[in-house]
Amino acid sequence: MLFENYNPMEKKMFQIMNQEGEIIEPDLMPNLPREVLIKMYRLMVQTRETDKKALLYQRQGRMLTYAPNIGQEAAQVGSAFVLEKKDWMVPAFRELGAWLTRGADLKKIYLYWYGNEFGSQLPEDIRILPVSIPIASHLQHAVGIAWAAKLQKKDEVVITYFGDGATSQGDFAESMNWAGVYQTPTIFFCQNNQFAISVPRASQTASETIAQKAIAFGMPGILVDGNDIFAIYVATMEAVKRGRSGEGPTLIEAYTYRIGAHTTSDDPTRYRKNEEVEEWKKKDPIDRMRKYLMREGMLTEEEDKTIALECASIAEEAFKYVEANGDIALEDIFKYQYKEMTPQLKEQMEEYQQFLKGRGEV
Amino acid sequence: MAVMNLLQAVNETLRQEMKRDDRVVVFGEDVGYEGGVFRATADLQKEFGTDRCMDSPLAESAIVGVGIGMGINGMIPVVEMQFMGFVYPAFNQIICHVARMRNRSRGRYTVPMVIRMPYGGGIRALEHHSESTEALFAHIPGLKVVIPSTPYDAKGLLASAIRDEDPVIFMEPKRIYRAFKQEVPEEEYLIPIGKAKVVKEGQSITIISWGASMREVLKATEMAEAKGIYPEVIDLRTISPIDGETIINSVKKTGRVLIVHEAAKTNGVGAELVSIINEKAFLHLEAPPTRLTGFDTIFPLPKGEHHYIPTPERIVNKITELVNYLT
Ligand SMILES: Cc1ncc(C[n+]2csc(CCOP(=O)(O)OP(=O)(O)O)c2C)c(N)n1
Repeated sequence: MLFENYNPMEKKMFQIMNQEGEIIEPDLMPNLPREVLIKMYRLMVQTRETDKKALLYQRQGRMLTYAPNIGQEAAQVGSAFVLEKKDWMVPAFRELGAWLTRGADLKKIYLYWYGNEFGSQLPEDIRILPVSIPIASHLQHAVGIAWAAKLQKKDEVVITYFGDGATSQGDFAESMNWAGVYQTPTIFFCQNNQFAISVPRASQTASETIAQKAIAFGMPGILVDGNDIFAIYVATMEAVKRGRSGEGPTLIEAYTYRIGAHTTSDDPTRYRKNEEVEEWKKKDPIDRMRKYLMREGMLTEEEDKTIALECASIAEEAFKYVEANGDIALEDIFKYQYKEMTPQLKEQMEEYQQFLKGRGEV
Repeated sequence: MAVMNLLQAVNETLRQEMKRDDRVVVFGEDVGYEGGVFRATADLQKEFGTDRCMDSPLAESAIVGVGIGMGINGMIPVVEMQFMGFVYPAFNQIICHVARMRNRSRGRYTVPMVIRMPYGGGIRALEHHSESTEALFAHIPGLKVVIPSTPYDAKGLLASAIRDEDPVIFMEPKRIYRAFKQEVPEEEYLIPIGKAKVVKEGQSITIISWGASMREVLKATEMAEAKGIYPEVIDLRTISPIDGETIINSVKKTGRVLIVHEAAKTNGVGAELVSIINEKAFLHLEAPPTRLTGFDTIFPLPKGEHHYIPTPERIVNKITELVNYLT
């Protein structure tokens, strides 16, 4: 029903809660108890505080290149919140909120951005693939995981995240197409944050919406207010239901905005106006949910402050741990190329170890 | 024992492996109903159904990319590139993900996939249907590259590739797909990946080759023997990781080495072999390690291809040159 009511060709955007935190579609509002709502809110705040700390550490020269998520927390938390443990998540690199929602350890996440592969080695029961940098290439993995689930009759769905820029890639088309042909339980979740580094959304595609691209591949697509956590939650829930009941893939376009820089190496003032950023700040997803929670009497100023402080200190603790444990053992560089180290790798490693030994560095 | 050609050996191995392990799935362009344009997957869909042997959309990048996901979620995809000349759209997936998933996730996720592809010239084909670009893959850490030269080897190596927990690029010499038959045991057997084979023992010179070129090399060897030169012939079998030990042992014995490959010369696998020999057997050499290969040209269209692929005559000529070097 939802997908019929919000035809992307009509540019209709699905929204439940407006900018003021008011529920404008009460019939569609999910019935979630206070603890769950607070949990969602806390995850968004944790995402924000984690970003803020990372940016701070980066400026202090303690963190490497970092891709912040500020402004996109609702899209990330609201969508990942719907998944079950057995489901899969196939990320790009700007999905911190989704990682945290799925239970990934912040220490691991920071460790990754700190420059250590062990950051991508999550425990068996957390089904998140590593960060994938080559734009849109990972969408195919999401189709493959979902197809394998379907063929093996496992009740699993797969969500994959990507940006608006990714939709210009051939891999996007190939993945959507394949998912359509084999009706794989894949949720294509596009965080349309209006930019691919400096290139605005209008330069990526002449389509009015990204959601409408779904139609050509024989699946439903929906345009959702990406800063409305409830709309994101409901749309993703519907997509997950479709996947679980064998109805195939769905494309969700979360319409949002990248408030921060592309990464810490980027200066967005070069290519966009500050007024535009200020306009979008008024739509901030965390402010919006806070307004809702306070209006409903579910959150006090005091509690809100405590949450922010707690989240900030969790981030700080995690980073301290990473700084103390972030180094890479030489052998680990060689050890994971193949299941068994090849004679060539062994030889190269040992020769280098000899060299280090000779200099007293090992 | 059944007598079969290389193509039949591939088909038979896929069948056996699919029977042995129901995680094995086979897909690619025209692979399902049609059984592949060369018929390497003939009748597999009939036997195992459309959930085990599938036609894929015409999208090489996705054939590999989707295979990665399937490998991560418990299956063993054996995918086909219709021709090696069309693998390039999948390079991003192969280099950025297939080869790296294990390392990237420190062993949490692996891609136990086999990417099969017919390679090589000599079949009077259209453009893009004749190249041998094994060096492109052999340069990538995280991949294994395997090339059989006989029906017997095809079976044992393909079975090993499918069971290998690392991704394997399995290149099939299409010039000899149907060129000759050989006795191939019906029961399963494995030929280890990463080991070369001394096909023929000799003292005069070591010849290293692989894939379709092995036939020309063996013919040339017979011609040399008629002249009283006794080459030792090594079939590399695995292009990556290279079996340096077998090569070095042989070169230490013969002191002379000729490498024959069909691929272009510069920056080819032959160059790597020469380097290994220089690093490990320099003082045993009695002649410069030498390559006889395809030219550094685009592979010619059919009217010119007989000039490109090293012939037994050219190989013998080089053998003689090297055996007579400074003597
Ligand atoms: C195939 C590829 N080309 C170029 C890049 C460099 N690059 C990194 S992020 C990016 C922009 C991505 O934009 P989008 O998909 O909209 O995601 P966002 O960064 O906005 O989250 C580019 C061009 C890359 N990582 N991969």
